[in-house]
Amino acid sequence: MLMVATGNKAVAAAVKDAKPSVVAAYPITPQSEVVEKIAEYVVSGEMQARYIPVESEHSAMTACIGASVTGVRTFTATSSHGLLYMHEMLHWAAGARLPIVMANINRSLGPGWNVWAEHTDAYSQRDSGWLQFFVADVQEAYDTTLMAFRIAENTGILLPVMVNLDGFLLSHIIQSLDTVDPGDYLPPMELPHAIDTANPAGYGTLTGPQDHFRFRWEIERAMRNAPAVIREAEDEFFKRFGRKYGPTDEYLCEDADVLILSLGTLGREAEVSVDILRKEGIKAGSMRVRWFRPFPELNFGDRELVVIDRGYSFGFGGVLADSIRSRYHDASIYSVIAGLGGQEVTYDDIAGFVRDRKMGEEFWFGVDA
Amino acid sequence: MSEIPKEEYIEKCTTACAGCTSSLALRYVLKAAGPDTVLVVPACCTSILQGAYPKTAFSVPVYNIAFAAAAACASGMSEAFLSMGKKTNVIVYAGDGGTVDIGIQALSGALERGTDFLYICYDNEAYGNTGMQRSGATPAGARTTTTPGGKTDAKKDLDRIIAAHNIPYQATATPAYPKDLYEKVKTALATPGPSFLHILIPCPPGWRISSDMSVTVGKMAVKTGSFVLWERKYGELTISSPSKTAMKRRAPLRDYLSVQGRFKGISDKAVNELEQAIEKNITQLTKEEAGEC
Ligand SMILES: Cc1ncc(C[n+]2csc(CCOP(=O)(O)OP(=O)(O)O)c2C)c(N)n1
Ligand code: SF4
Repeated sequence: MLMVATGNKAVAAAVKDAKPSVVAAYPITPQSEVVEKIAEYVVSGEMQARYIPVESEHSAMTACIGASVTGVRTFTATSSHGLLYMHEMLHWAAGARLPIVMANINRSLGPGWNVWAEHTDAYSQRDSGWLQFFVADVQEAYDTTLMAFRIAENTGILLPVMVNLDGFLLSHIIQSLDTVDPGDYLPPMELPHAIDTANPAGYGTLTGPQDHFRFRWEIERAMRNAPAVIREAEDEFFKRFGRKYGPTDEYLCEDADVLILSLGTLGREAEVSVDILRKEGIKAGSMRVRWFRPFPELNFGDRELVVIDRGYSFGFGGVLADSIRSRYHDASIYSVIAGLGGQEVTYDDIAGFVRDRKMGEEFWFGVDA
Repeated sequence: MSEIPKEEYIEKCTTACAGCTSSLALRYVLKAAGPDTVLVVPACCTSILQGAYPKTAFSVPVYNIAFAAAAACASGMSEAFLSMGKKTNVIVYAGDGGTVDIGIQALSGALERGTDFLYICYDNEAYGNTGMQRSGATPAGARTTTTPGGKTDAKKDLDRIIAAHNIPYQATATPAYPKDLYEKVKTALATPGPSFLHILIPCPPGWRISSDMSVTVGKMAVKTGSFVLWERKYGELTISSPSKTAMKRRAPLRDYLSVQGRFKGISDKAVNELEQAIEKNITQLTKEEAGEC
């Protein structure tokens, strides 16, 4: 069905179409519209889910855990401080191998209070065992949320999935949206370790070092299975619904001498920058990274990389830049830190990063002299 | 009154301390609940005494969850069972720390939302799992590892906090009176919506009593009025018969305190304050039962 929607409403529509049994959520700017819309769907009967309006994000994630372990499909959404308030339970969800899907509307962290886009919230949950995707437009937010359920619930994965949308820049912009009927693209969820009172067992009991270590390895093994499973989900999505996705979204990369790497909406701006730069004779390309965990295999050849991070690991470096540097030791990187707290970064600014690039250095946009 | 069933849902070899009345209470809880039950257990003694992976000492599924999270987990589980049309009992079995301290927000939320579950706080009046530190439920005057001079603050009034949520069923119990406990679990599970049970758990290492004394000390708690047994159904309070009997001639509080090592060296002032708190609590409960408040 063709319509127009915000990024938030696109996520809510995808959740409705995925037909979860339980949604537990707590509002936070700029995510609130997602949970309000879902609440409306439930009240109007468009969605059959049980909606649990919990008293905190810690409880939102925990209620999803309690529901998911009975073997039903669950969803929640959050942002920023909400995500960090869930932190303990994010590790729990992954450790318990529960295919919970969550939309995270990327926002900065206080102090001071700032409600605008930043990736620090998602970055800070990088090592929690969640799969993470970053999306750049309304249609992709919808499509990726649908795919997230299929990927999370694949029995070779059984890990939770986070879909990241830039606060306001995507959560609140209106674009056209084409919804689908997922049909058997989303088969009923089958959790092999669902609670069964006819077959009692202990879940998350005291566990010795050997077993614990093995369980962590199994999480990593699922992460290593994930690229094939995600590709299959994306290919099947393309076959059925005609929209193509992959680990990256590439624009004029093939013959490029310099690649702009980024996450989320910055990647869309970068495409315009590429057009500008090409007119000036600079052979640039944009490689927007969609999969953040598992981190994809990338092929740069010997091209220069301008990596833009909307977040930072203090005392270390830009997180995307460092992920690339640690995988590809020979990569020639100009690391740009830009857009924190919703700082405006235009395509002209991005073109400027490429023109003025100083390989091997780090540049804080708007702060560095 | 029905007979307590013979079926056991806790195997003999748990890793509980000798004389643990929490495992005793849980034994009756599960007898009353039966096999179509899921226990939700936050970090506490129970998460230890059920045994280590891959074994379990309980013959109902036990879902272990983080310390602050028990009631929220049960909320999700209960709603999921509802979505499937199942009637499975969802019972939280949480310590006093996981209830009156870190877990109180999630508990309050679940009660307010009308979650269909039974929340049981087994109250050993300290953090047993981590080595007997004080909790909000530790009584004034009791020595714990973090109140080595005796706790200076009073026990948090959990029951009145719960009562303020106006839930359909609420009761107090102790395994020293197993029939009373058993019947209360039955009633709680038969009542739709949230139910709450506060069980007093004399704990040999925490209370510094010998392990053969824990049931006796539980009786003394009731006989001295330190712990009053009652139930409140849809707002109507009834004081339970062991406490009714005890109130006719209360046993001296000193008897209860002096058998417990944790009250060693308690000041007369602190004992007086405990006495006054008991008086006040009994007066309030009696008035409420008579419909005078
Ligand atoms: C967030 C968090 N903080 C601290 C702990 C450590 N911890 C585990 S159990 C426990 C005390 C439990 O006390 P209580 O709820 O009274 O139950 P009991 O151990 O007495 O059965 C503590 C402090 C934890 N697991 N999680
Ligand atoms: S510390 Fe107390 S409550 Fe915990 S297992 Fe031992 S006796 Fe039972």
